[in-house]
Order: sequence, then structure tokens, then C-alpha cells
Amino acid sequence: MKNEKFTILTSTCVPLPLENVDTDQIIPARFLKATTKDGFGDNLFRDWRYDKQGNQIGSFVLNDPTYSGQILVAGKNFGSGSSREHAAWAIAGYGFRVVISSFFADIFKNNALNNFVLPIVVSEPFLASLFNCISKNPETKVEVNLADQTVINTALGVSEHFEINPYKKHCLMNGLDDIDFLLSNKDKIEAWETENQQF
Amino acid sequence: MNTLFDKIWDAHLVTKVENGPTQLYIDRLYCHEVTSPQAFSGLKARGLKPLRPEKIFCMPDHNTPTHDQDKEIEDEISRTQVNTLAQNAKEFGLTHFGMLHPKNGIIHVVGPENGLTLPGMTIVCGDSHTSTHGALGSVAFGIGTSEVEMVLASQCILQSKPKTMRITVNGRLDKGVTAKDVALYIIAKMTTGGATGYFVEYAGDVIRSMSMEGRLTLCNLSIEMGARGGMIAPDEITFDYLKGREFAPKESEWDTAMAFWKTLKSDDDALFDKEILFNGNDIQPMITYGTNPGMGMGITEKIPTLESIPEVGRISYSKSLEYMGYQPGELLIGKKIDYVFLGSCTNGRIEDFRAFASLVKGKKKDPSVIAWIVPGSWHVNNQLKEEGIDKILIEAGFAIRQPGCSACLAMNDDKVPAGKYAVSTSNRNFEGRQGPGARTLLASPLVAAAAALTGKITDPRTCM
Repeated sequence: MKNEKFTILTSTCVPLPLENVDTDQIIPARFLKATTKDGFGDNLFRDWRYDKQGNQIGSFVLNDPTYSGQILVAGKNFGSGSSREHAAWAIAGYGFRVVISSFFADIFKNNALNNFVLPIVVSEPFLASLFNCISKNPETKVEVNLADQTVINTALGVSEHFEINPYKKHCLMNGLDDIDFLLSNKDKIEAWETENQQF
Repeated sequence: MNTLFDKIWDAHLVTKVENGPTQLYIDRLYCHEVTSPQAFSGLKARGLKPLRPEKIFCMPDHNTPTHDQDKEIEDEISRTQVNTLAQNAKEFGLTHFGMLHPKNGIIHVVGPENGLTLPGMTIVCGDSHTSTHGALGSVAFGIGTSEVEMVLASQCILQSKPKTMRITVNGRLDKGVTAKDVALYIIAKMTTGGATGYFVEYAGDVIRSMSMEGRLTLCNLSIEMGARGGMIAPDEITFDYLKGREFAPKESEWDTAMAFWKTLKSDDDALFDKEILFNGNDIQPMITYGTNPGMGMGITEKIPTLESIPEVGRISYSKSLEYMGYQPGELLIGKKIDYVFLGSCTNGRIEDFRAFASLVKGKKKDPSVIAWIVPGSWHVNNQLKEEGIDKILIEAGFAIRQPGCSACLAMNDDKVPAGKYAVSTSNRNFEGRQGPGARTLLASPLVAAAAALTGKITDPRTCM
């Protein structure tokens, strides 16, 4: 999931039209005990996806063969709650590369970007019409163009511009992460320490 | 015309990426066992070591059992995670308060009570409730594991500067209304995402007269309305709290620190991106009825009707009430409950136990209720003994467990069974948070105590 360059993605979508989907739903706490980043995709949305006996719950969208794709489309305020990056690992591990919503929680957004999953904020009308199109035709495709910062609902030919921090865009498009950058400023870190009162 | 947040943020700016985030210097990194192992392995894979090990403090809290901590943790995966933190701390020479260490406890309880959290600091931890530490006038926020790795490697983090919001609560609180109720009231008004993108400063009469423990509770819950963090300008209450704490500055260093700390406030003409005003007199004891912390109301009120919810949110709202087994428009008072949990980084401090004990003193727990009473740290546990609170609780039929995060997120054995109701002093009522299928009602220690005595949702003011 790391260091994959992101340019253009065209894919069908998995719709999850619920608001305030918190990170405890994305990956429940009892699955946070691993010491690696692997395998979290298997437990993505665990308690919505499986019953107590571990059988698939047919009505949940991830178990519905009608829907598939690398784009998750979710209701407002996706990823609220805990800071667990395991939520981003679960989404990436399952195979999603983009999450579209009208609003994301801050920490989740950072965690997603740090794992090369692109969170795209769209307007409420765009989101509503996208849900509508997917529900009418599960083959509806969305095209995401990171260079142009556009997201296109190809069923309607409607496109929308999305915002992304230019630095993060550069990282995503080039498969770079932050640590190399931070350490390249080691002289500045030391200069700060010399100049400032240390606790 | 700078806000307190701006002052601390700007003072920690190492450099800024053009059109991008700030490289911010971090004074304190706290690590617990759940969100750090992948950061340490990432660091090792790069052949790096922590840049400033003396600024990093580690302790297990999420997986720790609340009984028999002198024995090995039964759950093998939990044990591995706890041991991995100990090994990483040892390998890199980091301070580590392991299980049964006199300073062990929930990281957000331990930091302030040991004077590790100080005014003017930047503080991060791979935990969203890091906002707690803002109560002492620091800029503290939760981060992901990749960001923990960044801080380990460089003692810095790349972060976009959030917007600022001031929430002023004037007036005064009625009897039976606590900091927890103030927080749940604010979150209910703001909604669960209402402060996303903002860093909040709390101000006003109610905040000024709040104890340090109350302030920690309030700032702790900032994340539950989406805020990046919450903070309170330090004052005499802060300084009195800090004086003499183990890691707080001493003697001449204390005087130097005080001179600096007294400058830590927003300028009179500071401009916030958003200003919100509440009246403390409007707040009554609160309780949540749904599956996010924004779904709260005064304990004597009725659950909102479906018609009062915006149309786009009704599917989520119905799903939430269905999960809770409640009907729109009904009262919660008198509803049966099964479990009570007193503890967590939200309400696991001495004042919370004092409040709980004040209500149950000389009375008996309802025999149908299972109560988990979990101090936030060994230090809090010792305070309970010193003040005789342990005896009051035991006489009332409660057992005191060993410190840890416990039933707040049920990573250990303290799980609420499916379908059961728990009045919980913790911070999240998400589906399954306290165990698969568990139904959580967030409330103050007083509301929890009243529920423990009656086995029902009860207005604590009727038990005082």
C-alpha cells in the first residue's frame, strides 16, 4: 500500500450512504492488536460485514457482489473518532485507493494520505447524485485525475474540482513520504533547538 | 492580536513547505502499545533511531487487564503488543512505565499528573484523546502511526495549520452539573463533526472556575466534535496543579517557567476564525441516546423525533436508535441499565471518583448492576486510598480494579455483552465500542453513580 504513485484512476464504486462512519466501525478496537500493517483489510467494517458466528451478512454492501471497485463512496463525516491508522490500513488493505465523501474527519484524512489512499471531498449535490447513479447502475464509473484535481461521474459526465494540499499531491504523484523530507531539514531542527528554550 | 494557539504553534515552527504544511517541533511524544509498533518497525526498516529519545515517554494502557496485572496477560496478541512496546523502549533508551510501574496508567492521565505535560508545549501521541493535555495550556493533538514514525525520526511533524475557534462558556453551573456535562452539551450543540478543521480554545467564567481535572475532561472530549485539539490558557489553577509534580520544573527553573507561562494567553484583540458562546446556566446533567457523542441531551429530555432530523441524516439516525433499542421521542429516565463504567482518560481522575463516591456514600449498589470502577493510574489509585474513597466504594458494594483504558474500548476483557446497556463515563458511544453489540450511554460520574444505585437511568440531582 506504500509508495504507489497515484495519477489517474477509473473505477466502479462501493456505496456506503451512511453519515458519521467512525473508525471503530471501519476497524473495531479488538482488531488493533497486530504489530504489523498487514491483514487489516480482512476485518474492514467487521461488525457490519460479519455476524457473531463469522458468517457474512448478505445485506452489507461489501458482501453484495453487485458492487465492487477501488473507490469507496461514503456519507458525510467519514472517519470520525479514534486516530487509529489501522482504519486507513484496512481500507487500503481491502483494495480501495480512493474514498469519496462530502466531509472527512481530520486525522483520518491525514492517515489516508500517508498510506496513499486519496480522500476526495465533493459537494453534497455531487455526492447525492453519485449515490443515485450507483444505485441505479452499479457499473457506474468514476474517474479521478489527481494531476487535474478532478473527479468525474462518468454516468452523467459531471465533473467536480477537488482540493488537495500541493505538497501532499506531489508526494502522492511521486510516491514520496514525509520522513525523507523532515530529515533533510536536520540542520534546521538543530537550529530550532539551539534557539529555543528546551523543556 | 494572536491567539494562544497561534503563539505556541508559531514558536515551534522549524520551517514551512512552500504551499504546504508546517514542519513543527514537538516537545513531547507519548507512545502507547497500540499505535506505535508499526512506527518503530518503520523506523528500524529505514535504519534510523529516535532523534531525541529523552522527549519520548512510553506506557501500555489499552490492552492492560484491570485485574492480576502481576501475571502475564492471557491474550497472546495483547501480550505481544505490550511486550513489543517494552522492547522498543529498551532498544532505543526511551522512558517506559510498564504495567505495575508506580507511574503506569492511562497515558492522558499519567502525563499531566507527573508534570510531563506543561504549558506552552507541543505534544502528540498516536491517540485522538491527546487533546486532553491542552487543559494545561499546551498544543496537543492526536496523530496516526505514520506521524508517530515522523516524530520518532525527526522530533518534528508535518502538519497543516488548523483554523482557530474560541468556545466561551459564561454563567455558572448548577449543582450536579460537571465538566463532562459541559463537554457533552457543547458536542451536542456543535455535532460530532462541527469543529473539524479547528483548534479550540475554551474560555469564559465556567472554564476559569473549573478544576484542573474538569479542564482535562473538557479538553479530552474536543475530538468528539471533530476538533484537532482543545486548550485552556494556563492560570493560577494550572500553576497550583503543576507545582511539585515530579517532572515539573523546580526552584529557579520554576520561576523562569512561570515567567514564560504567564505570557501564555490569547491577546485581548486576538481574532479567531470562529467564536461560539454558550451559557453555563443552560446546562443540565447530560446523557447520550445514540451512537455518536453528538447525540446527547439533558437527562430529563426526550430523544429527538425523526421529523426533527434533517432528511439526509434520517437513515443514519434510525439505524442508530435501532442499535440502541430506543424510540424517537421517548424519555430515557427510568430505563433499565446493566453496566456502569467509571474510568477512562475522560473521567478516570481523583475528582471523578470523589464525585461518584459522594453519591454512593452510605448507600448500596443495585444488585442487578455490574460496575467496573477503574482508576486512571496507580497514582489515582493511591489517592483513593489516601482519601478513604476506596472504603466508601467497597462499603457501597463496588470493587476497585487496576488501572488502564478498560471498558472504554474493550481491548482487554472488560467487554459489555451484546444488547446490554452501559452508563459509561468514557468518551465514545460508537457501535460496538464497549464490545460487539454493546449499547453505551455516555454520562458524568454523578449520572453513572445514580444509575449504579438504582439500576436505571436516574437524574443524579434526585439522589443528592
